[in-house]
Parts: sequence; C-alpha cells; structure tokens
Amino acid sequence: MIPMEFYLIVSTIMMFVGIYGFLTRRNLLAMLISVELILNSVDINFAVFNRFLFPEQLEGFFFSLFAIGISAAETAVAIAIIINIYRNMKNIQVKNLRDLKW
Amino acid sequence: MDITLDLIVFTVLALFITVSAVLAVTTKRILRAATYLLFVLFGTAGIYFQLNYSFLGAVQLLVYAGGITVLYVFSILLTSSEGDQAEKLKKGKLAAGLTATVVSLGLCLFIMLKHKYLPSQFEHGELSVRTIGHALMSGDKFGFVLPFEAISILLLACIVGGIMIARKR
Amino acid sequence: MEYTILILLLPFLSFLLIGLLGTKLKPVAAGAAGTAVTGVVAVLCYITAFMYFGAGRDASGVFPQTVAWNSVWLPISGNLHIDLGFMLDPISVMMLVVISTVSLMVHIYSFGYMKGERGFQRYYAFLSLFTMSMLGLVVATNIFQMYIFWELVGVSSYLLIGFYYTKKEAIAASKKAFIVTRFADLGFLVGILIYGYYTQSFSFTPDSSVMGVAKTMLPLALGLMFIGGAGKSAMFPLHIWLPDAMEGPTPVSALIHAATMVVAGVYLVARMFPLFIGYAPEVLHITAYVGAFTALYAAVVACVQSDIKRVLAFSTISQIGFMIVALGVCTSADPHEGGLGYMASMFHLFTHAMFKALLFLGAGCIIHAVHSNEMSTMGGLRKYMPVTHVTFLVACLAIAGIWPLSGFFSKDEILAACFRFSPVMGGLMTFIAGLTAFYMFRLYYCIFWGRENKELHAEHTPHEAPKSMTFPLVFLAAVTLVAGFIPFGHFVSSDGHSYDIHIEAGVAALSLCVAVAGIALATWMYLREDRKVADSLATTFSGLHKAAYHRFYIDEIYQFITHRIIFACVSTPIAWFDRHVVDGFMNMLAKVTQSVSVVIRPMQSGNVQKYCIWFLGGALGILVMLLVI
Repeated sequence: MIPMEFYLIVSTIMMFVGIYGFLTRRNLLAMLISVELILNSVDINFAVFNRFLFPEQLEGFFFSLFAIGISAAETAVAIAIIINIYRNMKNIQVKNLRDLKW
Repeated sequence: MDITLDLIVFTVLALFITVSAVLAVTTKRILRAATYLLFVLFGTAGIYFQLNYSFLGAVQLLVYAGGITVLYVFSILLTSSEGDQAEKLKKGKLAAGLTATVVSLGLCLFIMLKHKYLPSQFEHGELSVRTIGHALMSGDKFGFVLPFEAISILLLACIVGGIMIARKR
Repeated sequence: MEYTILILLLPFLSFLLIGLLGTKLKPVAAGAAGTAVTGVVAVLCYITAFMYFGAGRDASGVFPQTVAWNSVWLPISGNLHIDLGFMLDPISVMMLVVISTVSLMVHIYSFGYMKGERGFQRYYAFLSLFTMSMLGLVVATNIFQMYIFWELVGVSSYLLIGFYYTKKEAIAASKKAFIVTRFADLGFLVGILIYGYYTQSFSFTPDSSVMGVAKTMLPLALGLMFIGGAGKSAMFPLHIWLPDAMEGPTPVSALIHAATMVVAGVYLVARMFPLFIGYAPEVLHITAYVGAFTALYAAVVACVQSDIKRVLAFSTISQIGFMIVALGVCTSADPHEGGLGYMASMFHLFTHAMFKALLFLGAGCIIHAVHSNEMSTMGGLRKYMPVTHVTFLVACLAIAGIWPLSGFFSKDEILAACFRFSPVMGGLMTFIAGLTAFYMFRLYYCIFWGRENKELHAEHTPHEAPKSMTFPLVFLAAVTLVAGFIPFGHFVSSDGHSYDIHIEAGVAALSLCVAVAGIALATWMYLREDRKVADSLATTFSGLHKAAYHRFYIDEIYQFITHRIIFACVSTPIAWFDRHVVDGFMNMLAKVTQSVSVVIRPMQSGNVQKYCIWFLGGALGILVMLLVI
C-alpha cells in the first residue's frame, strides 16, 4: 500500500508550482493555466483524504467532482473575458490591463 | 516497504505530473504550456484510477482533458500570433516569486509530514456508479441533490455569461 | 398686560424687515417704517407707564413688581432656570419711557441728519435693533436675560459706531468700544455665574433661605457685576472707549452714548440695589468712590477738549459718575435714612437722558451746519441757528443745575445724598458740579458767541437745521423745562414707598452758587472775542493743559500695557508656541503621514500578482505564527 503522504506530497508540489506560475507569468492564459494546476492539486487532496481517511463516505469524492465542474465553468467564463480583452486591446498581457482601473 | 507494482506506477505518475507541471509554468511558448497542462491532467486522472475512483478519473479525462484543454488550445490559437513568446521577467521578480514559492512549499511540506493523521487504510474495491448516482440524486442525509442542482444552475449561468461576454457587439 | 411683549417684538420685527429688505427698500420707506414702529412702541410704553402707575400701590404701599409675560427658556436644574420675560417695576417703567422717547426723537431727527447717506436703511435697521435690545435689557426678569440683551446692546453699539465703515477711525473706535466693553462684560458674566451658583437662581430677588450660604460670596459676585456695569457706563479706567465712540453718527451718540446704553451700568446697580444694600454695602461704597473719581477726571478733561462731541462725551462720563456716586452713597433702603441717593440717581438718569440727548442732537445740528466737530470752526453761530441756540442754552442751563430746569432738581438730590454720606464727598461733588457748569458754558460760548471763524462762515454760511431736526430739539427742551417738577420720588424710591422731594435750602443754595460761579467764570473767559484769560491760563499751566487735553494719557498707558507688556511678553511667546509647537506637531503628523504614504503607495499597484505575493506572505506569516505558538 502506498502511504497517503506520497499523494499529498505530489499535490503540494503541484499546488506551489501553480502558485509560482501565477506569480511569474505575464500572460493571462498562462496564469489561468497555473490556476488550473492549483485547482487540480486540491482535487487530488480531496479524493485522497476521502479514500484513505473516510472510505465509507463520499464527501471528498463529490467535492472533487463538483470542483471539476466549477473549474470548467470558471475556465469558460475566464476565457470568454480574455477573448473579449484581446478583441479590445489586441493583447492579453497583464501589464496592459490598466484601463479598467483608471 | 516493498516495491509493488502500485508503487512503481505511482512513482512514474508522480514524476510525470511534477515534471509536466514544472514545464507547464516555465516553458516560453504558451501552446506548449497548454500541452503540459494536458499531461498533468492525464497524470491526475491516473492517480484517480489508482485510487479506484474510476468515475472521477473518467470525468477528469472527459471534462478537463477533453473539454477545458481544447478550450485553452482554441483560445491560445485565437489570441496568440506565430512565435509569440513569454516576455522575460526581471531577475528580481523571478527570484521573489521563486523564493516565496519555495519557502511556502517547504513550510507546507514540513507541516504536512509532521502532522499525525487519523489511522489511514486503503481498501481496494471500485466505487460503483450506481452508488454514485444514488448519492447524487438523493435528498437524504448523505445525498447531494442540492449541490448538484446548484452546480447545474451555475453551469447554466456560465453558459449565458460566456455568450454574453464573448459575443460581438 | 400681555400686550407689553409687543414693545420688544415690534422693534425686532422692524429690524428684521428693514435689515433683510436692505436696499430694496427706499430710504424714506425704511426710515418711515422704523420711525412708525418706534412711535407705536413709545405710545405703548406711555400706556404701560400710565396703566402701571395708575393701577396704584398694593396693600404694603409700594408699586408691585409684576411680570407681564414670562417663558422658561433654558431650564438648567430643578430651580435654576433662565427665563425670558417682561418685568414691570418703577425703574423699568421709567426706563421704558426714557428709552422710547429718546429713541423716537432720534429716529425723527435722523431723517434730517442722515439724509442722503449711504446705508440709510442699514442705519435704521441698527437703530431698531438697538431699541429692541435696550428695552429688553431694562425689562429683564432675571440677571441672565439682562446679560443677553446687555450683549445685544453692545453689538448694536458696535455696529452703529462703525457705521461709517470706510472711515479708519470709525472702525478702530467700534472695535475699541466692543473690546473694552466685552472685556468688562467678562467680569459681569463671571459675577452672574457665581451669583447663580450660590443663590441657586438668576432672579433679582433670590430666596432668603439660600442667602445663608451665599452671603459670603455675594459681595464678590456683585463687585464683578459692577465691573461689567463700569465697562458699559464708561467708569474710570474703562472709560476709554466712549470718547472714541463719537466717531459714530451724532444721533447715535445721542441715543446710545449719552441717553440710554451708557446708563445701563447705573441701571444694573439700581436693579441689584436691594442686594447691594443688604449684603454688600462696602462694595456699593467702592462704586461711589469709583464714580466720584470718574466724575472729577472726566470733568477736568472736558474743560480743555476742542472737539465738541468729545466735550459732550466727557460730560456724559462725568454725569454718569454722578449717578453712580448717588447710588454708592446709599447706606440704607429707606429714603429718609440714607437711601435718598437711589431716587436721586434714577431721577438724574431720567433728566440727564433728556438734556444730554438734547445737547447731542444740538451738536448734531451744529456739525451739520459747519461740517466739522472742531470748536475753532464755530463761534458766533447764534445768529445763524436761533432754534438750536435756544435749545442748547436750555440744556446747558439744565446740566449746570440752574433752577427751574430739570437738572437742578436731580443734581440737588444727588448733592444732598452725598452730603448725608460725608461732607468730603458732598464738597467734592459740588465742586464737580461747578466744573460742569464751567465746561458746559465754555462749550456754549465757544459755539454760539466768542471768536467767529469768519472766513469759513463766509465761504459756507451756516444755516438752521431742517424741521425734522429742530422738532426733537424743541420737544426735548420742553421736557427739560418741565421734568424737574415731576414728583419723581412718588414713583421711584429705594424702598418703593412714596417720597416727597423737598429741596434742602442749604445744599440748593450752595449748588446754585457754585453753578452760577462756574457760568460766570466761563462767561468772563470765553464770552468776548479775544479770550485773553483763557489763553494765558493755558500757557501758564501748559503742562497741565496738555495732559488734560490728552486725557491724562490714559489711552497711551493702555497702549503701553497692551502693546509693550501684554503683546510683547505674553502674546508673542504664546503665538510662537502656537505656531511652532502646536502647529509644528500637527505639521509633523501630516508630514509623517505623507512620507509613509509615499512609501506604501506603490503597494497599491493594481497588479494582481503582486497582491498574490503579499497574500502568500501573509498566509505564510500566519502559518509560522501558528507553528511557533
């Protein structure tokens, strides 16, 4: 049997790789990809906790399931916004996105 | 701890996921990043299969790998021109991001490994789709019909919102 | 007698009306409105007086003190409350008559005097305000209401002195008047607060039950109140504002700075008289000494002034000194035993208001005719201005104390009261009465006789004033002629019981002799054209003459104290402290805030990724904290 911690290590690494990407990328889509990584690592955690600690129940499982669904929705909306931005600015670099602020 | 087939498979998956993830956030080309994301998602699906959550793995493959990644690829192709590369960051900012990330990672790993969890066991055995379906549709104590409906409304809203935002004016 | 409240409301409404409409109103309309209202008020006051004194005495033989109208305005604690009301008693009714009469005369007079002036409407609005405040002051039911109207009177006086606000001297004079009286009013206010605290009421007649405790503090409270009264009534050394206040229009000087406002201090002492007599006779005697000194000082200064309005101003100060002395020499509330001064003081207040207003209005006619205040531009005016001349002579005779004019009777009573107090005081006041006769006739001769300034008069022939100005003169002269025969003691006396004025032959003869002597001296010195005696006296005693002409340098002393001592030694360090320490501290706070903001402003960059780093750092910090703990 593989110990639970192994899975958790993988998910943690994935989480922080995602955070690193979110901090350093300057392209909106790349940032969104990093966000997907973070979400994914959390999904793994839920599934693992459910499987190893509370095998009789299904909360973690369903949480992962719903999170997948929500992330799909989130991605769809985010990409719609990004395409809209691109349409207006011909560009999706974060540093150019200052027009909303001022 | 014996080296079992499970462990080998897990190790391969773990390495695969880690490397792909790192590549996804470091590669210069955005399309490659999307591809590496796809690999990570595949790996994750593999982990779900290994946990005997075949349904979850299937959903992961279907929704993430099949749906979202395709969405990414389309949007990347729509918004990026040929040879578009990520601009170089200043060294300082890169270092700041890296330091913050590594320090947090170390801290989290430390906390996670030090923590005493509940006694864990792993029972082989597939979670049947029938059980899932019943739980999803039941309104009992352990039923999930309410979140299910909430999600469906959310998805509807997303569809409408996505169309509203992206449509030409 | 509910209608009496109209006496206050009507002038107030007219002030609001004329003041708010301003130049939208035609000058004539504004003047007519103000005069009509004052006329109605005067009629109401006469009716009130008639009804009040006609109603007769109550069972104990005094005129009852009635509150015609009252409302609790500001309740402070159980029995301590500030009321606004309308009180009638002999002296307030007497004051109502005086104020409304003089005010009406001044309103009529101003038609002619202020004709064509810029701000005619404003002038009438202020006059209405003043009339309202002064009437409110005298009918106050309690000391606090009196204080409120007291300050209102001060404000309207300030506004009217500074009426010619384009003239530098007028502005300075108005500020001086306001600041000096306000400074004195500080004493008044503190006195009121002490009084209210210890007697548990602001009423003029506190419960005798609380007097046990309050007895020790009453002299202090009354003394402080007298400081306020001294400021308004221009007692030495707070008199400095009154001569300068002559910068205002002359009718205003007649109304405010001769007849009504300046006697507010006398009225205050009279109002508090039962308390003074009962609990602080020594303070009352101090006021007598202050009044006597002021009377002497002002009389001496008045002898050498060359500006006719200033002579009249110092004469006013001197005469108010007489009234204060008369109050101060009282030793009991019984007019037969030593309370004669109270009646004498009120009587003199009444007669003085009439003839001093007459003098000022006459002076206004003269100034109107020759366009100057200086005696050197006058002389020989009797040919040109017969009405003014005769009425002015009547007033001069009255103030000098010649039988049968009103001043004789009231001054005689004062001198009688002084002689009863002490022969020294009596002698001194008689001497001052002689001085009064001297300087008034010096003024009279210098204006109407003596050396005529022919060049000036040829250039611009003086002429008699218009009817609107001479009518008040004639009216007031008539009052001056007959007022002495009013049985004043029947209406006003220190204990309320009827008192028959009887002339004490010795005192009357002495005062008459002194007055005649003063007049004779003035005649000898100033009647003829050359004035040899006067000029040689002025050169012989040039030091004294110069000092008196400069009012014994009191203003310079004030200037020295305020500028050299208070401003230099106290105000400057305080100002420095304020600028550099208090402000500096605030500036430092502002600068620190600003520099901190410069440092932390870039953090609010709008860059999500930067926020994310901060967020991560914060989360990490909390994690570490949890771990360590």
